[in-house]
Amino acid sequence: MTPIYPFRRTCKEVSALLIAREDRELPLSDRLALRLHMAICQACPRFERQLLTMRNAMKQWRNYAGADETPGNEKA
Amino acid sequence: MHHHSAFEYEQQLVALRDYLMRFARLQLRNDTWAEDAVSETLLAALAKPQAFEARSQLKTWLVGILKHKIIDILRQRQREVVLDGASDDDRVDPLDHMAFKTDGHFAEKPAEWGNPERDMQSRQFFQVLEACTEKLPPAQGRLFLMREWLELSSEEICKELSLTPTNLYVQLHRARLRLRECLELNWFARTP
Repeated sequence: MTPIYPFRRTCKEVSALLIAREDRELPLSDRLALRLHMAICQACPRFERQLLTMRNAMKQWRNYAGADETPGNEKA
Repeated sequence: MHHHSAFEYEQQLVALRDYLMRFARLQLRNDTWAEDAVSETLLAALAKPQAFEARSQLKTWLVGILKHKIIDILRQRQREVVLDGASDDDRVDPLDHMAFKTDGHFAEKPAEWGNPERDMQSRQFFQVLEACTEKLPPAQGRLFLMREWLELSSEEICKELSLTPTNLYVQLHRARLRLRECLELNWFARTP
């Protein structure tokens, strides 16, 4: 009999969950599966860091979009 | 920043038109709508100079008004807002552009993006970010910026546009992956 691992996810599935998490709250089972995968995977945490960088970048961009100052000390 | 006369106040407003147009175009992806939103914003600001008296940042105040005008237009044009851009792109999941093996695991690890803190000190980085956002298909770009610029929740977006959550999430998933790809190609893979 093939064992069933209800919380096992592939990197591709985890990537989709990490993206989805930016826009909606994940169900508990997905959150658990995500944690379990992230603990043993070397690749997905990198993808997560990329998404975090994007989140921070959008935040900074939004702040400058509404402020009198532009970000960046460097002048173009 | 204080204005000394009605004339100066008007001059200051008019000088910010291009600035407002940039964001209106990016969010609405339609020049006519963008011009309407910006004109309405400037008219509203002209109508109540006293509302600005107490504020120090004219831009911040105007952008706040602009966002409201833009949400009104998005709501009125909801069908057009989400319809166009539905093309070949709908059949492709950009996740398939990433290197996965057939068993669904990464064939190669995603790249380390170096030093994001330093990147965000750079004006060029934000130019690339804006250019990448602009390159999204119109409907995707609008939905993405409704989340990221207008700061609406997914529920609010669905309500304003009479959109199903599934439809919204598919579009946002694509938009985020495309943006990731564009940033990697045009910024992170280029900076040492």
